[in-house]
Amino acid sequence: MRKPKTVIEKIWERHIVKEEAGKPDLLYIDLHLVHEVTSPQAFEGLRINNRKVRRPDLTFATMDHNVPTIHRNIIKDQVSKTQMETLKKNCEEFNIPLADIHHPDQGIVHVIGPELGLTQPGKTIVCGDSHTSTHGAFGALAFGIGTSEVEHVLATQTIWQQKPKTLNVKVNGTLGTGVTAKDLILAIIAKFGVKFGTGYVIEYTGEAIRNLSMEGRMTICNMSIEAGARAGLISPDNTTVEFLRGKRHVPQGEAFDKIAEDWLSLATDEGATYDAQVEIDADEIEPQVTWGTNPGMCLPVSANVPTPADGDNENESTEIAHALDYMGLNGGEAITSIEIEHVFIGSCTNSRLADLRKAASIIKGNKVKDGVRAIVVPGSFTVKRQAEEEGIDIIFKEAGFEWRDAGCSMCLAMNDDVVPEGERCASTSNRNFEGRQGTGARTHLVSPEMAAAAAIHGHFVDVRNLEVVTPS
Amino acid sequence: MEPIRKHTGIVYPMNRANVDTDQIIPKQFLKRISRQGFGEFVFYNWRYDSKGELREDFPMNQPKYEGTSILVAGENFGCGSSREHAPWALLDYGFRVIIAPSYADIFYNNCTKNGILPVQLSEKQIQELMERAEAENYELTVDLESKRIFDNQGFEASFDLDEYKRQMLLNGWDDISITLGYEEDITKYEEQRS
Ligand code: SF4
Repeated sequence: MRKPKTVIEKIWERHIVKEEAGKPDLLYIDLHLVHEVTSPQAFEGLRINNRKVRRPDLTFATMDHNVPTIHRNIIKDQVSKTQMETLKKNCEEFNIPLADIHHPDQGIVHVIGPELGLTQPGKTIVCGDSHTSTHGAFGALAFGIGTSEVEHVLATQTIWQQKPKTLNVKVNGTLGTGVTAKDLILAIIAKFGVKFGTGYVIEYTGEAIRNLSMEGRMTICNMSIEAGARAGLISPDNTTVEFLRGKRHVPQGEAFDKIAEDWLSLATDEGATYDAQVEIDADEIEPQVTWGTNPGMCLPVSANVPTPADGDNENESTEIAHALDYMGLNGGEAITSIEIEHVFIGSCTNSRLADLRKAASIIKGNKVKDGVRAIVVPGSFTVKRQAEEEGIDIIFKEAGFEWRDAGCSMCLAMNDDVVPEGERCASTSNRNFEGRQGTGARTHLVSPEMAAAAAIHGHFVDVRNLEVVTPS
Repeated sequence: MEPIRKHTGIVYPMNRANVDTDQIIPKQFLKRISRQGFGEFVFYNWRYDSKGELREDFPMNQPKYEGTSILVAGENFGCGSSREHAPWALLDYGFRVIIAPSYADIFYNNCTKNGILPVQLSEKQIQELMERAEAENYELTVDLESKRIFDNQGFEASFDLDEYKRQMLLNGWDDISITLGYEEDITKYEEQRS
């Protein structure tokens, strides 16, 4: 009998171009996504060395990181403008398809890949962005690379990679009502730490993962990097196949059924083994809120913020003290007592139609609390159009939210969407690092539902109690 | 990139865990389209105050560490964003060697593509280096050929590095030219699949 294999091993083996003892493997790349911030130096490198792009047809570019999400045509920041123009020029010169700022397909690179059907099971996918792990939701091996590697992939369509160790994160049971994929991944990182995945590729398995929608799976895989893992993926199943059916870049008709069969065959075999495994019980997970300055500093909404005395050792106590100081928290207060001034619903973690629908269901008929500034930034123009067709924009706008154009926006605040120094934001993004949303800005990571509820109340509330709190 | 064989330099101790690439180089500096000139912005939010003045109370700005080229840091160094601007900024500031108990994967790779040697030592060894570098103007020598680190006061440690990466760093190789040597294999692979 053939040795049972994981989806990771199966994809790996299909992509080895060259294998030599004492060296990493040379892997073929099926899809290379490009954006404006991490590519200019790579294209420059090609030009200096007189090299061409080997497979422009396997490359796809968009602008997302520093595009304005309001008044699209006025880019005040000259340096941002140059960066966008540079990408446009580079794509023209090297013949790469580009969804530029005015293109109907434009959006966050990790939202549009799946939306267009470019992301497919079994593919190797890279992008000069650490959240490339998002595409792993489809059973693709997808990981972030640096600019030198971007240049390398442009020139050779390959990458040198050491075969990774595999880690099974098994999620048993079912998520409770009001508890989302975002809460699950935050709880996983809180439990196992911000580096438990370093050196591994994660496969998420178990009943709770199988029951997630593709949007939920993308949220999970997206934050693999916050656990230290370059890639995180989920074996393809019928949910994967049905999501992709009819998408623009997948085969249609009979050819689709044929390829779908191949996709399903990639799923991890019964009895396959991993280098490591951890387990978590979905039933025990509550809605989560981060209180500190890395995604592992995270607690259930019913908890109290820790104090330095809660650290297990001196280093940990210092870290807690440091984080509390930056976050402007005393330590010991209830999470639900923390008041916020900003709400950001967006980013490659939580800006898809399903996310906006869920947030809107909580917003409907309510108003954003006085003194709170709340914005919704759809992940792509397509998401925006679909949401508008459903009238979701009206729900947000009537409640007092700003309804923006697609982009990364306040996730990393490279454009004008910045949280001012010392102010606090409930954010559906993925990083609460110091200064991430603006110098001195204080970020609390939450699910779209929790962000919506915080917008209405002006502080964190447990979405599970919401009917009790708000007259609907 | 510039080869690195044996390097002697002043150690800068950064006694923190989980230093992320947003700290190493904040996003407002990612808009440039060249690889150079990022050094003055390294650790910007810690080194400069809100008016853009150098903060004298931040150790890196003190004369004691002028000309430092070896950074010693806590675990999970370089986590977060894949931005290669982080190693560019460190290199441009003058760092050739980083020593930490562990690194984030993408950052680690990015270092080796830019002629920065990332060395992994134990927590205990790192603590010892931290203490020495905090106390005095402290010099270390890192020898990539023999994979050893030592000072002139009796500290000595050996470290490990993937042989492929070691050769790249020792020789300053650009791996695109190496890969283009495999062009036939790549073409063959493409033909087989289509
Ligand atoms: S939304 Fe945020 S995390 Fe995602 S690609 Fe954009 S900047 Fe990166």
